[in-house]
Amino acid sequence: MLEIKGLHADVDGKEILKGIDLSIGEGEVHAIMGPNGSGKSTLSYVLSGRDGYDVTAGTITYRGRDLSELSIEERAAEGIFLGFQYPVELPGVSSTTFLKTALNAVRRQRGQDELDAVQFMKRLRVHTKALNISDDMLRRGVNVGFSGGEKKRNEILQMALLEPHFAVLDETDSGLDIDALKVVAEGVNALRGPKRSMLVITHYQRLLDYIVPDYVHVLAHGRIARSGGKELALELEEKGYGAFVSGTEAA
Amino acid sequence: MSYTSETADQVSSIAGDKYKYGFVTDIDTELAPKGLNEDIIRFISAKKEEPEWLLEWRLRAYRRWLQMEEPSWAKVEYPEIDFQDAYYYAAPKSKEDGPKSLDEVDPELLRTYEKLGIPLHEQQMLAGVAVDAVFDSVSVATTFRKELAKAGVIFCPISEAVREHPELVQKYLGSVVPYSDNFYATLNSAVFTDGSFVYIPKGVRCPMELSTYFRINQANTGQFERTLIVADEGSYVSYLEGCTAPQRDENQLHAAVVELVLLDDAEIKYSTVQNWYPGDENGNGGIYNFVTKRAACRGRNSKVSWTQVETGSAVTWKYPSCILQGDNSIGEFYSVAITNNLQQADTGTKMIHIGENTSSTIIAKGISAGRSQSTYRGLVRMQPGAKGGRNYTQCDSLLIGDKCGAHTVPYIENRNRTAQIEHEATTAKISEDQLFYCRQRGLSDEEALSMIVNGFCKQVLQELPMEFAVEAQKLVGISLEGSAG
Repeated sequence: MLEIKGLHADVDGKEILKGIDLSIGEGEVHAIMGPNGSGKSTLSYVLSGRDGYDVTAGTITYRGRDLSELSIEERAAEGIFLGFQYPVELPGVSSTTFLKTALNAVRRQRGQDELDAVQFMKRLRVHTKALNISDDMLRRGVNVGFSGGEKKRNEILQMALLEPHFAVLDETDSGLDIDALKVVAEGVNALRGPKRSMLVITHYQRLLDYIVPDYVHVLAHGRIARSGGKELALELEEKGYGAFVSGTEAA
Repeated sequence: MSYTSETADQVSSIAGDKYKYGFVTDIDTELAPKGLNEDIIRFISAKKEEPEWLLEWRLRAYRRWLQMEEPSWAKVEYPEIDFQDAYYYAAPKSKEDGPKSLDEVDPELLRTYEKLGIPLHEQQMLAGVAVDAVFDSVSVATTFRKELAKAGVIFCPISEAVREHPELVQKYLGSVVPYSDNFYATLNSAVFTDGSFVYIPKGVRCPMELSTYFRINQANTGQFERTLIVADEGSYVSYLEGCTAPQRDENQLHAAVVELVLLDDAEIKYSTVQNWYPGDENGNGGIYNFVTKRAACRGRNSKVSWTQVETGSAVTWKYPSCILQGDNSIGEFYSVAITNNLQQADTGTKMIHIGENTSSTIIAKGISAGRSQSTYRGLVRMQPGAKGGRNYTQCDSLLIGDKCGAHTVPYIENRNRTAQIEHEATTAKISEDQLFYCRQRGLSDEEALSMIVNGFCKQVLQELPMEFAVEAQKLVGISLEGSAG
C-alpha cells in the first residue's frame, strides 16, 4: 500500500524528517508514537502533499505510484485521507454542503457519477447515525463552535464518506475525554478492513487500547528509532520516550 | 409645429449629411452625434415623444449639470471621462449588426455562460445574437403581462409609462432622487433613454417576482437607465434587476438612477446581481458604474430591502439608500461586493432615520482579491425626530492574497438621544489552513476558495430569491477565478 524509503523533508529550510523507512501493507494499522517535535505531524503533511513541506530526498510510493507527482487533491482522490489534529473552521459553510462538495469532488476525479442531494443524504444518514452526529451539527458551519469531541467525530464522518484506502489520523485522541475517545475509536474501528490501511499518530498509549495497531513505531529526531508489535506501546507507556530520545531533548 | 420637433428637424438637417447614421431616417440603427448639448436632449425627448414638462425637466437637469463637478471623494481612480466624447442616443441596434451566431461571440463570455449553466437560446439572447423566432420569451412575457394586468400591476418601459400613465410618472419621477441630486444622477436626468416603471396598486401583492430579465429583448436600455417603482398602500413587490450572466455591452460609462416610493404599509424587495465586464487582468476596458439608488419610505410601517451582489464593472460607485420618513418604517441593506484583478468598488448605503421608531439593518460583505480595492462607505443618520430609532451595521471584509485592499468608512450621526446605533466590523484573510483542509478533502484550489467565500457571503446570498441565489453562488466562484494560490 505505502512504501517510504529514505525520506528527508524540510520545513522552512530546516530538516525535520531525517531518513524515514516505513512499509505499510494492505489492511494494516500502524501507530506512530513519539515526543513533541519528533516530526509526527510533519510526516502526515508530507504524505498529504501540503505546501511548505519539501521532500529533499527519498521516495514515497503509494499503490505503485510515486506520490510526489500528485497534488493535494489528487492524493485525496487517490484515497489518501488525513484526519486533522486541529480541524479547521469554515464559517458559513454548512457541514452538509462541505461534505457533499468534497464527496462529489472526489467522485468526479475518480470517474464516478456525482451524487444528487437525495442520494447523498441517504448515504450521509447511515454514517451520522453510527457516529451520533446531530442534524444541528450538520447545519452549522464546518467545525464552528464544535466541541473537541464533535470536531473529531466530524473528521471520522468525513473519512467514512470518502472511503479512503489509506488514512492518517493525526492525534485523533487530543482534546477528547474518555467517552468521546470511545465513540471516535469505535468509528475508526468500524472503518477497518482488509483493503484499508491506517497510520495512527499519537502521544499516548491510551488511544491504542481502543484502536489496536498491528505495528508500533517510535519516531524520534526525524527517524524511526524502534519498531515492534502492539506491546511496544505498553513498554513506552512504562519507560517513557527517554530511552529513545538518547541524550538530547526533543525540540 | 411644436418647439420640440422643430428643433429636432433643425438638428437633423444640419447633421444629416455629416453622419452616416443621421437621426432622421427611421431605420433600426440610429445614433445621435457625439457630445452633449441642449439640442441632443431635445432630440432624445422628441424621439420619445415626451410631453413638454419632461423635456423642461431634462433641460433643467442639464443646465444644473453644467455647473456641477464630478465627485472625487470615493476611493476609486480612473482616467478623466470626456463627456463630450460619448454618444447619448443610440436606438436599439439592428439585429444584423449583432453577431450572427455564437461562433462570433467572445469565447470568454461563452465559457462564463457555460459555467453558469445558461441554456443555449438564452446564451444567444444575452450575447446579442440575432435570433429570429423570439422563442419562449415572447410567450413568457405575454402570459406574464396578462397576469400582471389582472392584478392591476403596471410594469413597462418608463418611456411607455410617460405616455400611458403620465399622472403617475409626473407625480413621482425625481421625487426621491431630484434632478439636482448629484453629478451622475443629474446627468442621468438630462439624458436617460429608458428603464422600467412599476406601479403596484393599493393592497396588491404582486403575483410574481418582476425581473428586468423579461425585458431583455426589448429596447436596449442603454447606459443611462432610469427606474421608478411606486408601491401604493399595503402593497408588496419583489424586483430583480439584472441577471447573473454578463451581457454584451459596448458602453463604458453607466450612470443609472433607481427611485423607490413606498406608501403606508408597503414593502419593496429589490435585488441586484451586477456582473458587467470588469476589464482584463491589467485593468483595460471594463465598465464604470456610477449608480444612484434611493428608496423613500414615506408611509408608516413601510419596509424596503436592498440586496446586491456586485461582482462586475471596473469601477463601482453605488450607495443604495433608505429615507425612513414614515413612523416604524424599516430599511435593510444586504451587500456582497467582490473585486478581483484591478477592480475598484466603493459601495455602501445611507440610512436616514426621520420618523419615530424607524429601524435599519446593514450587512455588508466585501471580498478583495488580486490587486483590487474594495471600500464600504456608509452613513447612518438619526434626525432629531427619530425617537427610538435603531440601526445595526455589520461590515466584514475578506482578503485573498496580499496585494489587495479593504476599507471601511462608516459615518454615524446621531441627533436623537433615544436612538441606538450599533456598528461591528471585521477583517479576515482566507488562511492557508482553510485551503489545505478543503484540498485534502478533494476540492481544487478554486472550488475551495469559492466555497469559503460563499460561506462568508451566506448572510447576504440567502436574502436573494431562490433561483437567483443559486446562480449568484456560482458567480462568486467565477469572479474569483485565478486568485487562488
